[in-house]
Amino acid sequence: MIAAATTFAFVCFAAAILMNLWKVITAGNVADRILALDTMFINAIALMILYGMSQGTEIFFEAAMIIAMLGFVSTVAYARFILRGNIIE
Amino acid sequence: METLADLLISGFLITAGIFGIVGSYGLIKLNDPMSRLHAPTKATTLGVGGVLLASMLHAIAFEGHLSLHELMITLFLFLTAPITAHFIAKVHIHQRESKDSLPEPCGDSSWATHDLPEDSDQ
Repeated sequence: MIAAATTFAFVCFAAAILMNLWKVITAGNVADRILALDTMFINAIALMILYGMSQGTEIFFEAAMIIAMLGFVSTVAYARFILRGNIIE
Repeated sequence: METLADLLISGFLITAGIFGIVGSYGLIKLNDPMSRLHAPTKATTLGVGGVLLASMLHAIAFEGHLSLHELMITLFLFLTAPITAHFIAKVHIHQRESKDSLPEPCGDSSWATHDLPEDSDQ
């Protein structure tokens, strides 16, 4: 049962990443594009933890943590660049 | 005990998958930019949260040890999600709204996002 549920969750998050990619390509403005990229980071974290769980290793938690930090920092940096023209004033 | 853990883990995984796909579908489907900002928050809290809970239960029930990495990731995501949403909303106000399309700010002369940087002459 867990194997089937894991496969279902894999398919859902993979489809979610594809939809985000579609949104990144077709978005009308920069705010939407940043939002879609941020959601892609979130879904990538979920996929990574799912993979670690299905393989039974713990090494992917550190990777997921690093991806989470990178996603936060890059989103804030991109938004700040648009708002103020530079990142560190 | 094993069956209960099986059921719980599968339930969390299926809920997480549904919320993840609904969040990203809403990102495509909704019309208004501020509504689009609302949709992926479901993917952050319930989607990733469900996967992390399932992973913690899996570690306790099948690998026989308590795993606390997941709590750290959840905490980090829950702390940073509002900040990211705030910045994206500010980008929207900066690019798409003008002083006339926004309501009058209470006790201030203008919206902070529309103020010019103070140190622009340096």
